[in-house]
Amino acid sequence: MVRADRFQRDEGVDTKPMNIVVPIKLVPDLVEELEINEDGTDIDREFLTYRINEFDDHALEEALQLKEKHGGSVTVLALESEETDKVLYTALAKGADRAVKVTGLPEGLSSHALARTMGQALSNIDYDLVLVGVQAADDRDGQLGVLLGKTLGIPHLSVVTDIAVEGNTLTLHKEYAGGIMAQFETEPKVVLGIQAARVIPRYAPVSRVRQLMKEAELDEVEASDIDLGSGTSVRRMYTPTRGEGAEMLEGDAEEIASRIADIINEKRS
Amino acid sequence: MPEATPTREIFLHFSTWMEVVFYVVSAVATGIFLYGSYRRIQKYRRGRKENRFDNLGGRIWRALITIATNSTVRKGDRFGGLAHTIILWGFVVLFIGTVLVALDHDVLRFFSLKLLQGTFYLWFSLILDIFGVLFILGLIMMIVRRAFFKLPELNYDRPDAQDGKVDRSGFVTDDMLFVWLLLLIAISGYFIEGFRIAETMPEFERWSPVGWALASMSGSILDVEGVVTAHVWSWWLHALLVMFFIAYIPFSKMMHIFTDAANLVFHDPDTGRRLPSLPLSSEPLEEGKKASQVMGYTHITDFTWKELLDFDACTKCGRCHVSCPATAAGTTLSPRDLILDLRTFANEALGTPEWLKQKFQTGSRWPVQNKTDGNGHIDVADKVIRPETLWSCTTCMACMETCPVGIEHLTSIVQMRRHLVDGGNFDENLQNALMSLGDYGNSFGESPKKRSRWTKGLKFKLKDARKEEVDLLWFVGDFASYDPRIQALSRIVAQILHDANVDFGILHDGERNAGNDVRRVGEEGLFEMLAEDNIKALKKAKFKRIVTTDPHTLNTLRNEYPDLGAEYEVLHYTNLITELIQQGKLPVKTPQKRKVTFHDPCYLARYNGETEAPREIMKAIGLELLEMPRCGTNTFCCGAGGGRIWMDTSNEQKRTSEQRIEEALDVPGVEVFVTVCPKDYAMYTDAVRALGKEDKIVVKDLIELVAEATSDSI
Amino acid sequence: MSQDILVVVEHLDNVISDVTFELLGKGRELATATGGKLLAAVLTSSAQSLAEKLGVADQVIGVEDPQLQHFNPESYLTALSSVVEKKAPRLVLIANTSMGMDLGASLSVERNLPLVAYAADVEMEGDAAIVTSHLYGGKIYSESVLDADSGIVSILAGSFPAEPGKKDGTPELEILAAPPALSDTRLRFKSLIQPEAGDVDITQEDILVAVGRGIQSEDNLPLAEELAKALGGAVCSSRPIVDNKWLEKNRQVGKSGLKVKPRVYIALGISGAPEHIEGMKDAELIVAINTDETAPIFEHAHYGVTEDLFDIVPALTEKLK
Repeated sequence: MVRADRFQRDEGVDTKPMNIVVPIKLVPDLVEELEINEDGTDIDREFLTYRINEFDDHALEEALQLKEKHGGSVTVLALESEETDKVLYTALAKGADRAVKVTGLPEGLSSHALARTMGQALSNIDYDLVLVGVQAADDRDGQLGVLLGKTLGIPHLSVVTDIAVEGNTLTLHKEYAGGIMAQFETEPKVVLGIQAARVIPRYAPVSRVRQLMKEAELDEVEASDIDLGSGTSVRRMYTPTRGEGAEMLEGDAEEIASRIADIINEKRS
Repeated sequence: MPEATPTREIFLHFSTWMEVVFYVVSAVATGIFLYGSYRRIQKYRRGRKENRFDNLGGRIWRALITIATNSTVRKGDRFGGLAHTIILWGFVVLFIGTVLVALDHDVLRFFSLKLLQGTFYLWFSLILDIFGVLFILGLIMMIVRRAFFKLPELNYDRPDAQDGKVDRSGFVTDDMLFVWLLLLIAISGYFIEGFRIAETMPEFERWSPVGWALASMSGSILDVEGVVTAHVWSWWLHALLVMFFIAYIPFSKMMHIFTDAANLVFHDPDTGRRLPSLPLSSEPLEEGKKASQVMGYTHITDFTWKELLDFDACTKCGRCHVSCPATAAGTTLSPRDLILDLRTFANEALGTPEWLKQKFQTGSRWPVQNKTDGNGHIDVADKVIRPETLWSCTTCMACMETCPVGIEHLTSIVQMRRHLVDGGNFDENLQNALMSLGDYGNSFGESPKKRSRWTKGLKFKLKDARKEEVDLLWFVGDFASYDPRIQALSRIVAQILHDANVDFGILHDGERNAGNDVRRVGEEGLFEMLAEDNIKALKKAKFKRIVTTDPHTLNTLRNEYPDLGAEYEVLHYTNLITELIQQGKLPVKTPQKRKVTFHDPCYLARYNGETEAPREIMKAIGLELLEMPRCGTNTFCCGAGGGRIWMDTSNEQKRTSEQRIEEALDVPGVEVFVTVCPKDYAMYTDAVRALGKEDKIVVKDLIELVAEATSDSI
Repeated sequence: MSQDILVVVEHLDNVISDVTFELLGKGRELATATGGKLLAAVLTSSAQSLAEKLGVADQVIGVEDPQLQHFNPESYLTALSSVVEKKAPRLVLIANTSMGMDLGASLSVERNLPLVAYAADVEMEGDAAIVTSHLYGGKIYSESVLDADSGIVSILAGSFPAEPGKKDGTPELEILAAPPALSDTRLRFKSLIQPEAGDVDITQEDILVAVGRGIQSEDNLPLAEELAKALGGAVCSSRPIVDNKWLEKNRQVGKSGLKVKPRVYIALGISGAPEHIEGMKDAELIVAINTDETAPIFEHAHYGVTEDLFDIVPALTEKLK
């Protein structure tokens, strides 16, 4: 077995620049309290704030890192919604080359339908790699990356934490429980579900984003004849009841600290 | 011999060739001076354009007053200030005297006119002699000050020296050359006078007391021939020293005579409290296209001509160096060295020759040794000044407050920070804060909907100023809304205003961080976004005045929002409480007989000149205020401003907040450390805890004491 | 279409993962409800040794091939697909793990079967399977109806006890012929990499202080370290802390990290996403401090505090010294 050292990257090998696509999913912001809609089958989407799925942010960062190291291009894709423009311009401000907005679909799409949509949009894009966040908080019917790989008929690998490129060969780390990793090799094209980028995702200065909003154009493609079904239906969504949850400790900091100390000391004794 | 008309012969005992040589040397010296000055002006012309010519008359008048009174130089340094003032006036009077001589000899002579004769000449002689003495006295004071006082201001060690030692002997040489040259010129001038008088000892020359005394002395040593020879020699010595001085001005510290006068004319007292928006690109424009904004300063040519002038205006007086909290904390930032590094680099990059190159490259890896392409195309914010250095600034504005010559450090720092922000060259903590601010309008990463959740503990409902008209709009701010410790203070403020029957309301979830510190971090776009959101909410609301507890918020609302189209009367809560006390709406029932000290917030005292309101309140509620050495506009800093509160501050060896608490502990009898700024409250509470001085001193916001004073005693 | 329940056996280097037994235990229940058999699919190089541990199942379906010694999304899918095609089970239960994610979703497309992920529970109600998923970081639960003849459920590890699924003894073993397409993969498995041995083995610690996003910055970690020191324990964390590189991987608790079972677990600023809960819910005493009173961690903790951790932790450290 090999030690878990990061790959020795050989700068000498002539690496082909790769065109990378990052499909971005907007997810409800979990900082806000989520509420259930009237018929109780979905969250109430009326006043929701959406933001980029945090894993997708890592996927984008990894894509930008690869581009900056080896050349090529980064294209971001997202379904149209109220916040999509901001998310796409932010990606451009970070260094993505092209942003595509996919129009004509409702919010709250299932992963299966999203994979079909992204697959259709990709049919007109020249790409080598698809990097996507390994999961999202609302993947009720499976993770986008895997579904997209199958839809496109190319291999997929989830929970990827390291990508190295040499020539036309990608060396990948897939993470298992307990930090054990499996090393795979492949050639493009492939879909990778990114767990974490090699560095934390970069910051997009708001001035840049605003300037791009004035100057740059987003490409638009319209999705057509997408089968929206996922084969399952939600019959009920609910906020878990605080049943036998924790006993809540109240008071000022000192009192609470004393209670906790007592509880722990009792347990330890 | 009849009593001669009091006057003097200029080229006494000079042969024609000597006169010719003199004029040739003068012409050469003047030529060098003009060339040097021209090179300087060319350098400034390569800076970005900026209009600082508005109200030019007023600017010149203000500068003249400042220079004539030397008020900024004397402030904070009485000895050095006095020395500088008498040197300046001595220099000015002697200069006028020399001009009069030249006028007589080189102009009026040809019209058979003469000024310097008779009574006028006698007064002329006396006044010049007196100011000459003052001039020499001032110079000797300066030499003594430098030689014996061991002032920290004049310690040229760099805080960011890599191995502790930096060779700055060039600085010292430059300083010394300046004072000694002037001293020699002055003394040699007296000797000319003395030898001239000694030849014939005319009675009227008693009006030149110093010359007369020297003449009497030399007359007893030398015969007439010797006196004449000595006169010629001293004349030449004096003349050559003067010529060297003139030629050397543009290449030395002496240039400060001109650069500082200009800098005082073009200084805007509002810079700092009102930062400029993003500069426009200076690239040639395509037809019909508007100039795009650039994200702060990357290259030396991005600085404005005024900023390039700033760098040359610095006399290394070191006042900013000793007042800067970042320097005191042991970070790599010293405002003095920042300006001097930029000066050195500007000279190098923009091709101005310096005869005495300041040699501080040795011993430090900064500034970079790399040659530039001649256009200054090297990343200034990354390579000339260290990013860490730029991030150390708390934007407390102590440097600008104390700078006698109107250098605007802060704008340069923020413009370079903008470039760092654009390149993502900042720490992760700050990144998280900025992302939270972008997503939620607060740095806590909390839902904007929870912004007014702190009001839940109140017994009454706070009005929503967007829905009903109020007298006073309370702009609560981030810390007061989200930090649990400050939330408690906010509730006290609300209760007091409620009890005093003030008609007030808040914007609830319509409020965002006001953006003062976001702007000073250099995230201009985010500032604009936050300000636009706030202005939208403000426009929706109906109110007469705005009040806030946060001086940072106050500053941007009062000084920066007007440029964005939102002009309101903005009060600090101490102004409001003073008003309420005066109107009898807050009767003091339980005077607080306690000994307290007070920390003036940078953004209240320095930025907005308010030092009285908090003191009036303290007096009204019976507190005995014992001032710390640094108070009023000369206040120290808690270390949290300019976005420092969001950053990794581990480069501070000794936190400024802790230094400040120690300063307070040194004031005998102080029990309470009073603050009037949410960030101060948070910083100093932590500092007291970190120092383990909880039993010695307690941090309280003034509002807590007001609440205790206005409630019935128990 | 049969009424059988098929559990996909997850193994790493031919060692069966714990989650498999959790799935088998649940599968047994479901098979009773549907009246079908409990099948265990073993995809490996040699099925016999694994089958010996699968006594709970009625039948073990094995696909053997050297290619299957290690997990590979493509060859495993090919193998599993052939099992599903042959057996046509009512439900396929897969772990929602690193391997299971690749396998479950691709099987769904390959065989055109519906899939429900993030499942924490599955029940049969008449003919319909009802799957409860924990969505939005555990803040929302959803009940999905799998009313098709057949479907896939991707189940979060730690959702069910493992004990009922553990029974030695080899059930009937049916080896299916390896499909020829098995070795036709574009992804090539190269090696397994063990994590670097860290300074601390959090799985062996009695007392753990866990930090999550609520700790806000790397600078605040000493706060947790001091508490851990006062308690004689160690610091561990949720995933975001490790993703931010504030702590080493060997400190991560949860799905892609380690599973811990200390006597005392103090969660600081951890919201309690299912992935994290999975790794720590067996701790004997859980105390959670989080200002968000709706945080799912309070569902699993024994004691909860909604005050600011920055006030509580220093006070607590002081008390415990």
